[in-house]
Parts: sequence; C-alpha cells; structure tokens
Amino acid sequence: MEAVAVVGASLAGLHAARALRIEGFAGRIVVVDADRHDPYDRPPLSKQFLAGTWDRDRLTLAPVREELDLDWRLGRRATALDAGRRSVTLDDGEVLAVDGVVVATGTAARRLPGTDGIAGVHVVRTLDDAVALRADLDAGARRVVVVGAGFIGAEVAATCRGLGVDVTMVEALATPFERVLGPAVGSVLADVHRDHGVDLRAGVGVAGIDGAGRVEQVRLSDGAVVEADVVVVGIGVVPATDWLEGSGLTVDDGIVVDETLLAAPGVVAAGDIARWPSARYGEALRVEHWDMAIAMGEAAARRLLVPSHGSPAVFDHLPWFWSDQYDRKIQLAGRAGADHAVEVVVGSVEERRFVALYGRDGRVDGVLGMNRPRHVMQLRALADERVAWDEGLARARALG
Amino acid sequence: MRVVVDFDLCESNAVCMGIVPEVFEVRDDDFLYVLQEEPAEELRPKIEEAVRRCPKQAISIEG
Repeated sequence: MEAVAVVGASLAGLHAARALRIEGFAGRIVVVDADRHDPYDRPPLSKQFLAGTWDRDRLTLAPVREELDLDWRLGRRATALDAGRRSVTLDDGEVLAVDGVVVATGTAARRLPGTDGIAGVHVVRTLDDAVALRADLDAGARRVVVVGAGFIGAEVAATCRGLGVDVTMVEALATPFERVLGPAVGSVLADVHRDHGVDLRAGVGVAGIDGAGRVEQVRLSDGAVVEADVVVVGIGVVPATDWLEGSGLTVDDGIVVDETLLAAPGVVAAGDIARWPSARYGEALRVEHWDMAIAMGEAAARRLLVPSHGSPAVFDHLPWFWSDQYDRKIQLAGRAGADHAVEVVVGSVEERRFVALYGRDGRVDGVLGMNRPRHVMQLRALADERVAWDEGLARARALG
Repeated sequence: MRVVVDFDLCESNAVCMGIVPEVFEVRDDDFLYVLQEEPAEELRPKIEEAVRRCPKQAISIEG
C-alpha cells in the first residue's frame, strides 16, 4: 500500500492517520475535510468555547501539531468515492487515486424544517456554528430557547445559564434523557436544570418559529408561545453519507462495515458514520461518542494495513461518554436505556453524586455516574464483562 | 520517562485511570493523583494510550 485517503479530519479520521504512522506506514496520507479550519475538538464547542473561557487555539486536536507528514486538503469536500477503484473525487475536480480509504465524514446536525433563512436559529456541530451562536450571545441575546434536551442541548442550556441568559428548554419526551438514560436518571437531570433556573417544557414539541427575518418567538405544540432572541436546535444528527451514493458501499443509517470495520476491500470507516455489528450486544451499533471515534479510528487504520501488519481484529470497544452540565459530570460506560433495570449502588440521587447500574436480561449493561468518575472507571468492568446482575450489584456495593 | 499532567486542563474523567491504574488514580475527592511520576519503561505504551485518550489532552510524557 502506497497511498491512503482519509476523508473527514475530525477525531476518527485524524486518529486513523496518526495510527497509520504509529504502525509504521510511510506512504502518502491525504487528509480531506470540508471544514476549512484546522481540525478541532468538538466537546468544548457547547461548553468552554461557547462560554468564552477557552479560545480557538485550545481546541486544535493534538495530531494537527504532530509531525505526521499529512497531505492536507482542508476546506475541500469529497463529492464521490469509487470503492472498487479506490478513488476519491473532491469538489474542485481533483481525483485522489489511492490504495486505501478511511471514511470518517461523521454526521451533520439535524435542523428544524422551515427554519432556513431565519436569523438567530442555530445548531452546534462545527466551529463556525459555535462562533455564530457565541456572536449572537455577545450581541446581547437575553432569551434562549433550546429545542431538544439531548446532551448538546443540555450543555448549551447549562452554558447559557452560566452566562446569565434566560433559557427555556423544549423536549418532546415527557422526561429529558428518558430514551437514553431511562426516566429515573432523566428526571434527576431535569431537576438539575430546573434548579439552575431553566424553564423546562417537557412533553411538547415545536409547532413553529416566527420572526420577520430574525427569530422572535417559538410556538409550542401545547399552544404556548415563548419569546426568543436565539434558538438552539439540538435534535440529533444524521450520518454524512450523501457523497457516497454510487460508491459501492452499503449505506443504512451510516456506512455498514463488518466486525473489523471494513466497508469494502481497501475501504474502512470509523467514527459517527460507521455502523458495525457489535458482538458484545448482538446488534449493529452506530455510536456518536468522542472516545469511540478515537478507538474506531485507530482500529480502522490497523485494519487497513492488513495483511502487511498482522491479521484482522474484531472491533468491540466498550462505549463510554461523558457530559458536563453545570457542576455535574455524567459518565456512562456501556449502555443504558428506558427498558433497563436501574439501581443506585454508590451515593444517592438526593446528593446528586451517585453511581447507577443498568441491567438487562439478567446482566449488567451499563455503569452510570454523576460526579463519580473514580467509581465509573472502577466499575466499568461490570459492563465490559456483562456480569450477572446480582453479582454486579454486590461488587458495586462492596466498592461504595 | 516523566509523566506530566496539566491540572488546569484535567477534569477528572478518569480515563487514564482506566488504562493505567498503576500510574493514575482519581480519588474520592474527584482529583487525579499521579502515583508514579517516573514509571517503568514497560508502561510506556499504556501511558501513550492514556495520553491519546484523555478527553482534555491534559497528559504528556517527557523523555
């Protein structure tokens, strides 16, 4: 193999490029990304960068500053992939003829239908998104409506409250985070936001956004009207697979890869965009976590180097994520959901410093902590090994 | 080899502790403690992994 194209220079793509070098690949690595900025870390966009406590330089991803001998194509969009010929076409007509391709174009933020062209309506996915939102806040926005109480929305709400801005958070589910963390933990998080002065409207949708050129109010499905200077939409993401039409890859809510992250001979995918069959859970997973993007990028790079660097390895990294909201840190190792059993094993919900185990089918599926990083790390093995539920409870309580 | 943590950046996610518990420990006060500032050379690959996986890029290796 002499040349590799890495399409998508965010976390998964950059760590794939770095791993190629660490594994000794000395050929050409072309790194493409539609975003014109030096690749940056996304988690601070809704927190430290939005709050103004971190500047842009601090967001630059570490591999950018390393001597990885990368051939950059920033601000250039890949428009087509021919998996059979292993060629990538860019928006300016350049064709990259390579031996290996890492597809890591990630996801794009979903937008509210009918809001194009209304100033003051934001998503937070890219650096430019965060700069634009920050500019509206700096210009004196006093009333923010957050649509969608997912992790991005909740973090933006927390940051805005920290800036002294009024926040109304609108969530379609009866309890925020109900689908991903279950109603019990979801209601704890809802209370954290209420206690910080967020006007939480749960169980309602958005009927429309009104304003003459610029947002003035948000109409809710229950008939309520909320005045707004700024709207932040956090209703999830969609895999950025448009450019892969006709590529020969299988696209089904992401790129379908095998258990070694191979999408086609010489083509691997990593990060938010890749859907792989998880042996751990017996189903195909597409995970949008920071830590997973790094693990997948590294594994995909090694897969690309087979057979010159070993044999294919099965990818089954344990999901893990964190979210910081106000002074609370939520971490989850494994997985959780509305249909899981939930048991607090360390600390208490009342002090908002606890560990909860999530169980399904008689086994531990997830370890969730609120302000308990040590315990989450010490107990993550319960989710990793999916130990029997009773044994997991006993081991966790012994630690607490 | 010397392990250096930028405690202004560290926010105690404890990822490093999950990878190299011999070197990194987050205690009940939620602060990270470096148990060995000059760990044995054979720990280098795991420490390098901890450097890569730190959500705040707060760890570095000198030497």
